[in-house]
Amino acid sequence: MADLTAGSLRSRPLVLRYPATLVFLACLALFTLGVTILSEGFGIGVISTSFVKTLGKTLCLCLVALAMDLVWGYCGILSLGHMAFFGLGGYAIGMWLMYERTRLIVVDSLAAAPLPPTPQEISDGIASQIFGVVGASEFPPIWAFAHSLPLQLAAVVLAPGLLALVFGWLAFRSRVTGVYLSILTQAMTLALALYLFQNDSGLRGNNGLSGLQNLPGLERVGQATVSLWFFWGSALALGLGYVLATWVVSGKFGSVLRGIRDDEARVRFLGYPVEAFKLFIFTLSAVIAGIAGALYYPQAGIINPAELAPIASIYLAVWVAIGGRGRLYGAVIGAAFVSLLSTWFTGGQAPDLWIGSYRVQWVNWWTVLLGLSFVAVTLFAPKGIGGLIDLLAERRRPDRHGKDLGPGEGALREEEADR
Amino acid sequence: MTRHLWKILALAVTLVAAPATAQDADAPIQRVLQEHGQIIADSSRLTIGPAIDALATSGLPAAQTVLEKWRAKEMWRDEASGLFVWAEEIDRDTIRAFDFADGAEIGTRPDDDYTQLKPNSGIRAMIGAALVRFQLSDPSPAIRARALNAIERDAEASHLVALREAAATEDNPRLADRIARLERLLTIRFAEDDAERIAAIDSFHGDLAVDVRAALNPLAATVIDVATVMPEGEAIVGRLRPGSDRLPEADAYAILVDKGLAKPRISRDAQRAALVSHIDGGAVAGIEVATLDTEAAREMAYAALAETGAVEPVATSAEITAALDGFTFYERYTAASPAVAIAAAAVLTSIENTVALNQAADLALDALSLASIYFLAAIGLAITFGVMGVINMAHGEFIMMGAYTGYVVQQIVPDYTLSILVALPLAFAITFAAGVAMERLVIRWLYHRPLETLLATFGISIALQQIAKNIFGTQARPLTSPDWLDGSLAINDIVSISYIRIAIFILALVFLALFLFVMNRTRLGLEVRAVTQNPRMAASMGINPDRINMLTFGFGSGIAGIAGVAIGLYAKVTSEMGADYIVQSFMTVVVGGVGSIWGTLLGATMVGTLQKGIEWLNPSNTLAAQTYMILFIILFIQFRPRGIVALRGRAAEA
Repeated sequence: MADLTAGSLRSRPLVLRYPATLVFLACLALFTLGVTILSEGFGIGVISTSFVKTLGKTLCLCLVALAMDLVWGYCGILSLGHMAFFGLGGYAIGMWLMYERTRLIVVDSLAAAPLPPTPQEISDGIASQIFGVVGASEFPPIWAFAHSLPLQLAAVVLAPGLLALVFGWLAFRSRVTGVYLSILTQAMTLALALYLFQNDSGLRGNNGLSGLQNLPGLERVGQATVSLWFFWGSALALGLGYVLATWVVSGKFGSVLRGIRDDEARVRFLGYPVEAFKLFIFTLSAVIAGIAGALYYPQAGIINPAELAPIASIYLAVWVAIGGRGRLYGAVIGAAFVSLLSTWFTGGQAPDLWIGSYRVQWVNWWTVLLGLSFVAVTLFAPKGIGGLIDLLAERRRPDRHGKDLGPGEGALREEEADR
Repeated sequence: MTRHLWKILALAVTLVAAPATAQDADAPIQRVLQEHGQIIADSSRLTIGPAIDALATSGLPAAQTVLEKWRAKEMWRDEASGLFVWAEEIDRDTIRAFDFADGAEIGTRPDDDYTQLKPNSGIRAMIGAALVRFQLSDPSPAIRARALNAIERDAEASHLVALREAAATEDNPRLADRIARLERLLTIRFAEDDAERIAAIDSFHGDLAVDVRAALNPLAATVIDVATVMPEGEAIVGRLRPGSDRLPEADAYAILVDKGLAKPRISRDAQRAALVSHIDGGAVAGIEVATLDTEAAREMAYAALAETGAVEPVATSAEITAALDGFTFYERYTAASPAVAIAAAAVLTSIENTVALNQAADLALDALSLASIYFLAAIGLAITFGVMGVINMAHGEFIMMGAYTGYVVQQIVPDYTLSILVALPLAFAITFAAGVAMERLVIRWLYHRPLETLLATFGISIALQQIAKNIFGTQARPLTSPDWLDGSLAINDIVSISYIRIAIFILALVFLALFLFVMNRTRLGLEVRAVTQNPRMAASMGINPDRINMLTFGFGSGIAGIAGVAIGLYAKVTSEMGADYIVQSFMTVVVGGVGSIWGTLLGATMVGTLQKGIEWLNPSNTLAAQTYMILFIILFIQFRPRGIVALRGRAAEA
């Protein structure tokens, strides 16, 4: 449905052209409003602050799933390294949060000293506070911009973007495709995680960055309020990201992307610079993932290299596949559904199940269930949860007559093209 | 009263016994002892030398006994006659005395008549050195070997003479070699003559033994010194510039301060403490405290304080630079003789080169064994991924299943050798079955959707990992290798390889042979190749592609199971061990070239060598090695996207 690109629809605003987007934005707004009203910070306090954080984090995961859907569902690049971009975004913002908060603490403690502190003393104090845990007391070069929020915010976008640009350029220009590309992206995130695990990587090794939930200078505001700020921020980012993604995949650009997914060689022979398209969408999705990470980790409070392990990116693919790839709302639904379900099961809240005399504790067996249901989805329901919506929608949709013009399901048919 | 009675009685007994065992005061050994009687009795380390030398050079067989007893504090001196005996204490008051000359028992005596000689530790060491001479000429080779061990442990200058004497008489060739080597070592350390020492030093060119380096290092030691003009002479190693790696500026300045050539500098903390202690009404030396928030302001305030005489003057940064510029720093040998030091340094350099060469050899062996582990982990993939084109992300979990099979078998069969022999085929059978089941249930539906195969097998991988965790727990399980695989084959002090790594290497070769045999020499291999190349044509020739696919996948999985047992012997068995290898395994196959077993072999060799090579450049950090290796592979694929051994023609497009 979002695939229709007929000329008569051109003139209308983007959101109106794609009712699904409108519906999605409305749902998101209602959800945000509902959570705000029920929250502790601004509402009646039915939802605990920690659950608000969970919901906010889920929105960020939805955003990164959206990015994943752009590259995988629309362009056919199964990236198994997108959580690396997510983590990089988190590290970028985490550096500023940690630096600034430590700086305030150090300045506070030095204010009591008989002499006013010199800049060197402050910097040494911050460094020994942050890096004492890995046995260092000097700032590594990559912390050069940690003092500046605007520069670190730029890093949220630039670090994942540049990595994706360089990696994508190298990979696409040598025509690495399909499973090879998947394995290569997996190797990329593994390499990054292993690098960050070292103590002398400059990012505190496996300790990671912590205390990110405290906004510097805003200690008095309280977590109940801060959590809502981040929740709103995440919702806004998801909404904007959704509109951006809709805009990208609509129109001619989106058609080329889907063409690449369905048959790369044909699109290349039609004269399109396939590599440039792929590189653009790969980099764009990495930037979106970085922004999502920058919103996620202040809510999680801690980031460490394990977050960049290959398995995290695989889960991301699982969410998108279960939600239904190739449709934007599918990715969002998949990420929200699976990650919330996962929280529920692994949080020990799901009741145990007795099979004969064996007690199935979901904390231990949830992963097994997830893995197997993933296999089942791949085998029997390649459209994922989104396929259910098709079932509903198809009742009202007129039959599409004529022959397929393209190789995929979304391709125009003869009669539509004639219009 | 009673006590005196007893004494008298004892004396009576002694008198009765005495004539029967008169001591021969003229025995040669006794004469030597009497000659030095006084200094032996004085027992002073400074004067005792001649007495010990006299005993050692007397050539008397009894001299060894004297020295041993003396050292063991069992030598006594008759107070009346001044004769020496050795004795055992019977109780607090009585001893049983023996004659040194012939070992005959003199009789039981009250100890009041004798003085026990108690040499201090310094003297005992000198006696020990003298004893070495006797031990080295002992008829028993075992005792001579023990004496050499003692010298190796704790050499002294006096041993050198003994060794030289022994070298002339030693007839056992192995001991003669050891003596000659030790003699050269001790020559380096203790000889007086420089030419002799240099000759001995030169004889150790390229010797890998640690004791050589221990002997040479102090000789080649250097010290950093400072002068206004660069001195000339043999002892000078070279000039050092402050601020270089060998001599950071802070160290250079510390040398100047130590030698009293420059004013001390003050640490930031000390400077702050000094300023704080002189705060007077919100100001330090007239400078307001509030302005002291930069380094320059503090330095100025301190200088102002120093002018008032409240604190010691210290060097400012400008003065430090000036001082460093005004002096020449150089390195010189500390050894007394520069010629010896130069020779030692030269030989040390040659030894370092040899060590580096051997380390490279050792590294090559390590790389080879790592490569065989990667090859083992990847060979199953070379079949399922390389030949069939099926991407199986659960391959690592098949390795894990094999390892756990080995663990479970060891719980049932206690004999390690037997249990390994049982585990290998059992692991193959179990993972073969698992592979066949997986192919039937999942993979065959997805043959033309490689990305979805990847995802589905990931689902299986996650599930299998968690199931293993639920069954065996999260802690690592041991898979113990049989005794005959313990230990390692040491080629010299540096190059060694453990037997288990050799076994894994051989296993990898066996697998390579098995793979080649099955693929090229059996009906199954022929059918596999036929189905891979063109399934429809193969089917029309009467081959059942389904069956072949199933068997091939089972075969690849089964090999993964056996590899799991081997890897489990060498690494830990955990539910995550498969995941540790999966990315590297795929890299190995991709780098080598999909579809070619030789490519996989080359890929494994390259990945293994590379990883060890990077580890060698940065030995503290295996994590970094893996990072750089993966980066290298990503770059490598840029230049050879189809791997080292690229298939051409139709097979490449399949």
